[in-house]
Amino acid sequence: MFDLDRWREIFQSISKNKLRSVMSGFTVAFAILLFTLLFGIVSGLSNSFKDAFADDAANFMSVRVRKTTKPFKGLQTGRIIQLKNKDYNFVKDKYDSKIELLTARVNKNVNISYKNKQDNYSLRAVHPDHQFLEKTIIDEGRFINNRDLKEKAKVIVIGRLVKEDLFGEKPALGKRVNVSGISYQIIGIFSDDGGDNEERFTYMPVTTAQMIYGNNDLINQINIGYSPDLSLDEAIAFGNKMERDLRKALDIHPDDQSALSIQNMAEANKGVGTFVIALYFIVIFIGSGTLIAGIIGISNIMIFVIKERTKEFGIRKALGAQPSSIVGMVVQESVLITTIAGYLGLSLGTYILSKIGNSLEDYFITNPSVSPGIVIGATVVLILSGLIAGYVPAKRAAGIKPIVALRAD
Amino acid sequence: MIEIKKLHKSYPIGKDSLHVLKGIDLHIKEGEFVSIMGSSGSGKSTLLNIVGLLDEHDEGDYYLNGQLIKNLNEKKAAILRNKFLGFVFQSFNLISYKTALENVALPLYYKGVPRKERLKTAMEYLDKVELKDWANHLPNELSGGQKQRVAIARALVTQPKVVLADEPTGALDSTTTDNVMDLLRDINDEGMTVFVITHEEEVAAQTKRIVRLKDGVIISDELTEKAKAV
Repeated sequence: MFDLDRWREIFQSISKNKLRSVMSGFTVAFAILLFTLLFGIVSGLSNSFKDAFADDAANFMSVRVRKTTKPFKGLQTGRIIQLKNKDYNFVKDKYDSKIELLTARVNKNVNISYKNKQDNYSLRAVHPDHQFLEKTIIDEGRFINNRDLKEKAKVIVIGRLVKEDLFGEKPALGKRVNVSGISYQIIGIFSDDGGDNEERFTYMPVTTAQMIYGNNDLINQINIGYSPDLSLDEAIAFGNKMERDLRKALDIHPDDQSALSIQNMAEANKGVGTFVIALYFIVIFIGSGTLIAGIIGISNIMIFVIKERTKEFGIRKALGAQPSSIVGMVVQESVLITTIAGYLGLSLGTYILSKIGNSLEDYFITNPSVSPGIVIGATVVLILSGLIAGYVPAKRAAGIKPIVALRAD
Repeated sequence: MIEIKKLHKSYPIGKDSLHVLKGIDLHIKEGEFVSIMGSSGSGKSTLLNIVGLLDEHDEGDYYLNGQLIKNLNEKKAAILRNKFLGFVFQSFNLISYKTALENVALPLYYKGVPRKERLKTAMEYLDKVELKDWANHLPNELSGGQKQRVAIARALVTQPKVVLADEPTGALDSTTTDNVMDLLRDINDEGMTVFVITHEEEVAAQTKRIVRLKDGVIISDELTEKAKAV
C-alpha cells in the first residue's frame, strides 16, 4: 500500500502549489480550532459547576428546622421546631442501610483565648462523621473520635486561621485554650477548600457541648451522607421519605416546607447533571456544525483545485495514468492536508486551552480541556472528511475524457 | 501498425449531430513518417485523437499494432497509450510545476519504472534532444522550441510504437519549426513511426507521406519528394 513514488508526487504537488494547499488546510485547521475551543470551554464550565459543590461531600443531605407555618393536630403556626438526640437516633436506626455518614451538629458562638490573645469564633459540636461530610482536611493531629464522644472529653479541633490568630507561627497542637471559661485541649488543626470562613470554625464533641451548654439534648442540625450505592433518583426518594417521616415524628404538617426541610445534594447534582448534559448537546450541535462548515469549505476548495488541475489530469492520462491513480493521488493529497491541518488546529486549540488554565475562573471556566476520546473522534472525522472532499470531485475529474480535459484551461 | 477501416465519428451538437469523419480508410506501416493535412474543421484532429485513444470512434474498425480497438475502458486505454503511443501537442502540455527532467520521466512513473532508472532514462532522452543542461528548469524557464523538445523527449521515453504529433509546430517560429521537424525526422530515421497533423505545407513537405483530409474524407494520399529521394 505504501508507495514512495506516490507520496513523492503528492509532496511535490503540495509544495509547488503552496497557496491552494495552505488555503484548504486553513479551513480545516480553523474549524478544528473552533471545535476544540468550544469543547474545552464547555468542559471548563462543567468543571466550574462541579467545583461549586465541592465544598461538601457529593452525597450530602441536611435536615434543618425552623418555625411551623401550618397548623397541625391542634398545634398553632409559629411553633419553633427543635431537633433533639432522639431525632438523630430515629434517623440513625430507621435508615441505617441507606446512610453512609451521619452527624448531629450544635452551633454556638464562643470566645476562645490563649494567653493574652482572644477572639469570638463559631463552634460546631459534632459527631466524627462530620469530618467527611464537610470535607475537613486535618493538617495536624486528629478529628473528634468516638472515645471523645463517650467521655465527653474537653477537646477541640481548630481551623487553620484560628490557630494563626491565637498562636501565630508557634505550635498549637496539644496546647490548652480557654473556651468561654473552660479549658480545652487542642487535638487537631484543620483546613478546608471551602474558603477562609470555613477555616475560622472550631469543632468539639457534640456530647461535650450538650453537657456544658445547658446540659440538654438539643441539636441544631442533622447532616447525612447517603449511601453511595443509591442512584440519584433513589437518593432523592430517600430524602423525600425521610422528610415525611421526620415531619410525622415531630407533629409537623406533611407539607410544611418551612418547619422541617431536607436539603439534598442529590437534587442539586441531578440539576447540574441535566444542565451539563444539555450544555454538551448544544456544543455537539454547534461543534458538528463547525466541523460540517469546515468540511464543506474544503470540499469547495477541492472542487476548485480539481477544476484547476483538469488539464494536468488530462496530460497525465494521455501519458498513461489510469483513472484510479488520479483519484488515489487526489484523495491521498486531500487526506494528508486535512489530517495535518486538523492536527495543527487541534494542537493549537489544546495549547490555548492549557494556557487559559485557571485564568478564566472569574468567568466560570475552570481548567478547560478536551478529552482524548473527542480528540480521536475529531481526527477520524477529519480523515473521513478529507477522503470524501477529495474523492467526489476527483472521481468526476478522472472520468472526464482526456481529450476534453486537455482542452481545459 | 495503424489500420483504419471505414471509420466514422460524429459529435452531438444540441439535437443534431456533426458528422466529422465520414468513412476513413488509412493504413500506416511501421517506420512511416506521415502527415495529415487539412484545414481546420476537416477532421484531422479528431482522427488523431481516435488514433491516440483519447477519443472513441462510432463506426468502423481500428487496429493498433494488430490489436482491435473496441469498447476500451479508461483503464485499458491508459495502459495502451502508455505502452504504444507518445504524444506531442501544439501547446506542449508540460506540467508546470515539474522540471523538464520530471516531465520527461512522468510516463515511466505510470509504466511502473523505479525512480532511479526513470530519471536516468529521462536524462538520456533529454540529452538526445540536446536539453541535458536544462534538466532542472521548470517549463516557464524554457523557450517554445525547448518546451517542444522536452515534450518530444517525453513522448519517446517509453519507446512507443507510434509518436503522434498534433500541430507540433503550431506555436513555434520558422527556425524552431525546422529544428523540431529535423528532430522528428531523426526519430523516424531511427525507425519510429511518426504521425503528424499540420496545416502548414512546409511542415508536411518534410514528412514522407501526406494524407489530405477535407470535410471528413481523404482526398489524396501520396508520397513526398523526400520519400522518393530515399
